[in-house]
Amino acid sequence: MAFVAAVSKRSSVVRGIKRPSTPYLLLIPGLAWLAMFFIFPLINLASTSTQTPGDSGEVGVYVQTFRFANYFDAFSGARDQFLRSFLFAFIATVLALAISYPLAYAIAFKSGKWKNLLLVLVVAPFFTSFLLRTVAWKQILGNEGPVVAVLKFLHILGPQSGLTASAFAVVTGMTYNFLPFMTLPLYASLERIDPRTLEASSDLYANGITTFRKVTFPLSLPGVVAGTLLTFIPAAGDYINATLLGNPRTKMIGNVIESRFFDIVDYPTAAALSFMLMAAILIMVMVYVRRAGTEELV
Amino acid sequence: MKRWLSKNLIKVYAFFAFVYLFIPIAYTMAFSFNNAGKSNLTWRGFTFANWQNPCGAPQVCNALGNSLKIGGIATLIATILGTMIAFALGRHRFRGRSAVNLLIFLPMATPEIVLGASLLAMFLNLGINPGFWPTVIAHVMFCISFVVVTVKARIASLDPKLEEAAMDLYATEAETFRRVTLPLVMPGIFGAALLAFSLSFDDFIITNFNSGTLTTFPKFVYISSARGIPPQANVIGSTMFILALVIVLTSQFVSNRKNRV
Repeated sequence: MAFVAAVSKRSSVVRGIKRPSTPYLLLIPGLAWLAMFFIFPLINLASTSTQTPGDSGEVGVYVQTFRFANYFDAFSGARDQFLRSFLFAFIATVLALAISYPLAYAIAFKSGKWKNLLLVLVVAPFFTSFLLRTVAWKQILGNEGPVVAVLKFLHILGPQSGLTASAFAVVTGMTYNFLPFMTLPLYASLERIDPRTLEASSDLYANGITTFRKVTFPLSLPGVVAGTLLTFIPAAGDYINATLLGNPRTKMIGNVIESRFFDIVDYPTAAALSFMLMAAILIMVMVYVRRAGTEELV
Repeated sequence: MKRWLSKNLIKVYAFFAFVYLFIPIAYTMAFSFNNAGKSNLTWRGFTFANWQNPCGAPQVCNALGNSLKIGGIATLIATILGTMIAFALGRHRFRGRSAVNLLIFLPMATPEIVLGASLLAMFLNLGINPGFWPTVIAHVMFCISFVVVTVKARIASLDPKLEEAAMDLYATEAETFRRVTLPLVMPGIFGAALLAFSLSFDDFIITNFNSGTLTTFPKFVYISSARGIPPQANVIGSTMFILALVIVLTSQFVSNRKNRV
């Protein structure tokens, strides 16, 4: 699927045939769509982010005054939610990696003829609605659910306490909901490893752990990079888990942007926050990709 | 026992990972049989009533219909536009390739909330009210990139010898494309369309920004989550799950069959 394709290493077969105008004719409709409904809205959003309320005082009417201090105001008003978004997304990404890596490894190397079926089963849970899955977690972690019952039986959880409406529940939901974005790229990169390289390693007297550390893991690094990015980016911008599984103190930057837009009709602040989120993610992605030493993402 | 465990540790781990993956699905399906009154959060007894009357809850089938319509139209447009771009990138050498690649990659690396908020801000500035068509436009926009990468991967995996053979047998460029290339790329296009539809059908954040008062299925679940989601939503979710599973398994079976011949 796309995630596999997104990290597919094969370079496209480029053959210089046909008329030189053909590629442009093929590109124009799709790229025009992206220009009109992706690039132009971003430029428009940039312009909105430095606007201030108009003189009429009418709600939702703003004029361009190039007030860059909007960014400062927006950030200082939502600093906690910003930091929380990145913290939650980071924890969810690490957990997803811990869950997915052995799973992808088992499917790639230990599943034999069941490989394709298991791969379908990894994606299958995500055929139901994202929202319904999140609500299911609310039930699983709820006061009448199995997790609370077990924890209370073991006296880990006091009789009055619960698990829902907490940071724990939000991170649990995020980890689960973005899991295939982690598992599929990991699988794609593990599956490409030539088994002979692993045999060579053991022929050279490396034990299982050394082989993993020195051969398997480095070779799977493109998958780790792609998987962590594909998990972290949507997780940082998500606000569904925070809304359905959290409490007012677990609000994320997505919640703030949404309420600025709809409840307060404060477009400039919402725009400034959106831009800061995007910029922060892009910077992190670039630093991370450079440090991990791989630039092949598409 | 200990030796068996250390030898099969990774398989045991994978087994538990699968259990973890399917627990929420089991919950969703089980609660579609819940004899729930208004709130479907706790178990109140078994019933088939929800399955017999999936449209029983107000608005739920209206929302489902909207999601299917939006998904269908957006998938059609995104698949056509994305496949064209994939052919341009996979089969042609032209100036500005890396810029095009970047433009395809960026929407996938942008948080949904930014995509949704920026589009809505533009629609409002242009005086366009959010609703059905703005939502379709938004869905096409975020599906195109996924179609491009999926179809491009399929094109890249083709053996160029097959097309060369067609040309050697005096097929024209157009005939080669129609009778060799396109059928070979078709599974990729089909997979891309399936992916685009599921992305569109499941999308909440971008839809929430651009749909105005129109209710889609995810939006219905979100809105009703405050007062309790009717079990009919679980019936629809379970049906989608089974349907998608059947489609994917069947297409895998068919392609396995074809590969064997």
